[in-house]
Amino acid sequence: MKSEKIIRGLLIGVALTALSGLGLIAAFVFKEGIPLMAKVGLGKFIFSSDWYPAEHEFGIFPMIVGSLEVTAGAMLVGVMFGLGCAVLLTQFCPPRLVSVLKPSIELLAGIPSVVYGFIGVVILVPLIREHLGGPGLSVLAASIVLGIMVLPTITSISVDALQAVPRSYVEGSVALGATGWQTTHMVVLKAARSGIVAAVILGMGRAVGETMAVIMVAGNTLEIPISPLDPVRTLTSNIALEMGYASGDHRQALFATGIVLFVIIMVLNTIALTASRRRAGRARAR
Amino acid sequence: MRLLPRTTQRLAVGFMWILAAVTVGVLVFIIGYILFHGLPHVTWAFLTESPRSMGREGGVLPMIVGTLLVAGLAVLIAAPVGVATAICLTEYTREGRLTAIIRFGADCLAGIPSIIFGLFGFVFFVMTLGLGFSILSGALTLALMVLPTIIRTSEEAIRAVPPAYRDVSFGLGSTRWQMVTRVVLRSALPGICTGVVLSVGRSISETAAVMLTAGSALTFPRSVFESSRTLALHFYILSREGISMPNAYATASVLILAILGINLAAYWLMRRFVAKVVV
Repeated sequence: MKSEKIIRGLLIGVALTALSGLGLIAAFVFKEGIPLMAKVGLGKFIFSSDWYPAEHEFGIFPMIVGSLEVTAGAMLVGVMFGLGCAVLLTQFCPPRLVSVLKPSIELLAGIPSVVYGFIGVVILVPLIREHLGGPGLSVLAASIVLGIMVLPTITSISVDALQAVPRSYVEGSVALGATGWQTTHMVVLKAARSGIVAAVILGMGRAVGETMAVIMVAGNTLEIPISPLDPVRTLTSNIALEMGYASGDHRQALFATGIVLFVIIMVLNTIALTASRRRAGRARAR
Repeated sequence: MRLLPRTTQRLAVGFMWILAAVTVGVLVFIIGYILFHGLPHVTWAFLTESPRSMGREGGVLPMIVGTLLVAGLAVLIAAPVGVATAICLTEYTREGRLTAIIRFGADCLAGIPSIIFGLFGFVFFVMTLGLGFSILSGALTLALMVLPTIIRTSEEAIRAVPPAYRDVSFGLGSTRWQMVTRVVLRSALPGICTGVVLSVGRSISETAAVMLTAGSALTFPRSVFESSRTLALHFYILSREGISMPNAYATASVLILAILGINLAAYWLMRRFVAKVVV
């Protein structure tokens, strides 16, 4: 039995790898970025619109606004399509079609982000340029591409939440004479609400954090975008675009951009985890 | 005007069918478009030659080798750690503070964007540990990135093994470790493999993290301490810098075919797992 104790200890040690990895990531990114934040001043770093690395001006306000706009747009597309697919898959779709639709959506999650970006550049950007005006590389293009990219995340987590709704709820509703759609939007979607919230927020995290596809379709200018047809630079693209040649303060400023991104993601993660834990808690109480 | 409930239902369900059709349409379009433009350029020479003049001519052999090394090594590192974590969570601990902490770590890690992994890999593996831009730096970074996926899928696979199997094993006098390795893991293997295969796919598709850790050398990698450009990054550079569109399409086709193959393999493994354990 002594060997069993040793095995258990070893396993717990290994199991803490993910957590220590997270800790290491936070520690190293903060260590590299904090000195510059302190030098420039946190307020100035976040609220200044001047990003001129050569003149030691580091303000990331346009990128923060850019990330938020692109994410908001992506959520419009992603939630509509992702939730629509999830509801269809769990409530209205005949099993034969489920076995086509589900693997398709999983495959959509597997397509590399550079391929999404590329398709965005060769198809979507020219379409926007010719029919809506502007340079084409825009908030709109980035939102559509990102929306499609976060769709699989939203669908798969929503499907889990919708499937976890007890069968008796549905039966009760149908017995009261409700149609399938009334049951879905009045009963099932309400019961699965916290799981769906978690799905949407995790999708939001994906959208904020996506890099390569955004670089390719967003245009990357340093101005605050006013219209959806304006080009935009996000926090992630700022890092990826300049990391190749940055050094000294400039590189530290990119790590500081990483800190802002890290904090946004951790806040979103925590909200999502709390939302899904509340669901788990309620399911146990039942 | 109020619509009849039945009409509302028709409209709502019809709308969702349109959404789903568009989704599948986008998938088919992306794959079709890339393969249509790229497959004619995927020749034997393309797959077996090194690139010449920055990738304008020649093939992608070094990138194929580099991609396989980076992705293979990443999964080779992450799989044992991930499966051990899953065993720990399912067989060796009771739900409580400890499992909550372990799960928190894995869940948060899953949400970290790849560019942050790239920044971390750059300052930790490339600079601090002195591994330089290398296949090993890239693989270690990606290993951390795919770890949550492997933990999640392995845990689900292990939980799906019927409790009766465990009771029988204990009844025959096995220790917990014997039960885990000889009974549980054996039944859960196809499920675990699904997660591992999907992680290979994720590693192959990754670009941002690899760009900052494995570098972008065009030469044939001779050891894991050398820099190597992966297929995804090569495709990005070819298309973004407008070096060669035919070669960009061809590279993307190789990438898409690999992803299709990997997803098919995962799907097949999952069906085998469901047939074996759940029924």
